[in-house]
Amino acid sequence: MGQHPSPEADPTATVDFQEVQQRPEFKELRHRHRSFVFPMAIAFLLWYFLYVLLADYAHDFMSIKLVGNINVGLVLGLLQFVSTVAITMWYVSYANKKLDPIAAGIRHDLESAEQPPAGGTK
Amino acid sequence: MLPLTTVTQETTQVGEPWLNMTIFGLFVAITMVIVLRASRNNKTAADYYAAGRSFTGSQNGTAIAGDYLSAASFLGIVGAIAINGYDGFLYSIGFLVAWLVALLLVAELLRNTGKFTMADVLSFRLKQRPVRIAAATTTLAVCFFYLLAQMAGAGALVSLLLGIDDRLGQSIVITVVGALMILYVLVGGMKGTTWVQIIKACLLIAGAFVMTVWVLALYGFNLSALLGDAAATAGNPEILNPGLQYGVSETSKFDFISLALALVLGTAALPHVLMRFYTVPTAKEARRSVVWAIWLIGAFYLFTLVLGYGAGALIGPDAINAAPGGVNSAAPLLAFHLGGPLLLGVISAVAFATILAVVAGLTITAAASFAHDIYANVVRKGKVDADGEVKVARRTVVVIGVLSILGGIGAQGQNVAFLVALAFAVAASANLPTIIYSLFWKKFSTRGAVWSMYGGLAAAVVLIAFSPVVSGAETSMIPGADFAWFPLKNPGIVSIPLAFFLGWLGTVLDKTVEDPAKQAEMEVRSLTGVGAEKAVEH
Repeated sequence: MGQHPSPEADPTATVDFQEVQQRPEFKELRHRHRSFVFPMAIAFLLWYFLYVLLADYAHDFMSIKLVGNINVGLVLGLLQFVSTVAITMWYVSYANKKLDPIAAGIRHDLESAEQPPAGGTK
Repeated sequence: MLPLTTVTQETTQVGEPWLNMTIFGLFVAITMVIVLRASRNNKTAADYYAAGRSFTGSQNGTAIAGDYLSAASFLGIVGAIAINGYDGFLYSIGFLVAWLVALLLVAELLRNTGKFTMADVLSFRLKQRPVRIAAATTTLAVCFFYLLAQMAGAGALVSLLLGIDDRLGQSIVITVVGALMILYVLVGGMKGTTWVQIIKACLLIAGAFVMTVWVLALYGFNLSALLGDAAATAGNPEILNPGLQYGVSETSKFDFISLALALVLGTAALPHVLMRFYTVPTAKEARRSVVWAIWLIGAFYLFTLVLGYGAGALIGPDAINAAPGGVNSAAPLLAFHLGGPLLLGVISAVAFATILAVVAGLTITAAASFAHDIYANVVRKGKVDADGEVKVARRTVVVIGVLSILGGIGAQGQNVAFLVALAFAVAASANLPTIIYSLFWKKFSTRGAVWSMYGGLAAAVVLIAFSPVVSGAETSMIPGADFAWFPLKNPGIVSIPLAFFLGWLGTVLDKTVEDPAKQAEMEVRSLTGVGAEKAVEH
């Protein structure tokens, strides 16, 4: 990929990535990552488009006043903020606990096991 | 109504322009010193393009907010809420929710696999040449549309904030803004650009926060009372309900779905946003950047909700529409109403700083893409040293800067507000499908990538060219002509699914099998960060 040799030689240039790809700990990492981010992405997109469709086509419903001048539309809109922040925090805590340790383990394995080769390109 | 009109004239004509300019000059002076200090370490390509990958997640997150919150989202959304009420707020939610795509699917994986540009990631395991050229083309297209919109906006802002209405005066100010931007990017590279964005984001968010608390205090911190007064001043209770802007016809309703799709899928594929993820040392810091950006951008859009209804209540839609600058004058008029000339001066300076920071970010992205993807990897086939590449990048900065000044001058008085939405639509159609496919779909092939990128780009641009924003309506760019056959103003609902489909079709029709070793390498690198580019040690 790169054509500028990095200042330090890349210690992972000789790694057999297909072998790593088949390792159980890598498969577990990929499984954990995908089984979190895919359903979560689908869920927030559905929830966002539900909101868009309601705001677009259900004007009467969105205009129902709940407290004073605060209506359903405003509350649902603010809930989009709440859900965005909640998903963010959830993902961060999931990644810190379930993804980072495995990723760091594999990284450590590969970067310490291989001797730096002469060339620096990947 | 009478006192309000006097206020309007005062704010936009005499007295304050010199104060606005002085405060903006102060901003330029302070940021210039910081840029000069920060640029002393600009030696390698990684320094110039990626700030030596030395920013922390919180710094980068703030810079992302500074890059993302353009004048359109500050002045535009406050004005849209003041005049169209709820529908303006609806617009801002798409801009925020979109960050989840970046957080969950793109930021960390991209940081782990790429070096400087989006094309690094897309061409990682596919054929370098065709994929790089395609990715650079879409990058340059998005940057060009976005840049033109910002520079044209600068002209409008000048007449609004500095009281300069004649064409020559506006052209001079656009030239000054463009020249300053070139200077920042040439001298400061990514490091300087990042600091300009950080300072601007802090000023913008702090300014919006102060005004928000001020407005809320006037209503005893009772949101319901503020909303009630906004409806009373507008003389229209519908301002609190959805539908004023997007609900006028079945076409406009459908148009909003198309816009929402482009906003939510386009953000995570904007090349200038993607490039920011290379300025941090690790994927974990990239994740932290998005978290910071989400908090800051979310808070900012909550402020704009209060400011928009505050402007609606305290100034009123009629007075805002009558002021020079129309919708965009809502925030400045509110600032004047609250804090007089001084607050107006601060907010005006922040608005200029906003344009400066956003165009700087776009320019360095476009220059990096040209120098790194087209020149170094395609023209010279990788046989060029980093110094040669950075030299080309710097020259490209000057060329892009001059082009954007000319474009900004040429676009004066033109209705080019659609360009921002077009930039999002192009990003969502031409970039996002290929990003997602190449990160997550093993079989994805070169042909799929090329079809999806060119197909998405062409579909978005062609549909816009034959839509009512270009011809066939009173508000069109060319009001006299009518060659529109596409009914929507936003092409996303057609071009995005089409680009995903083309990516799939190109792949299944492609008989060549991409290198499985490269696929394995990309997958392992993207998830673990093995061998990812490290921060530069000085």
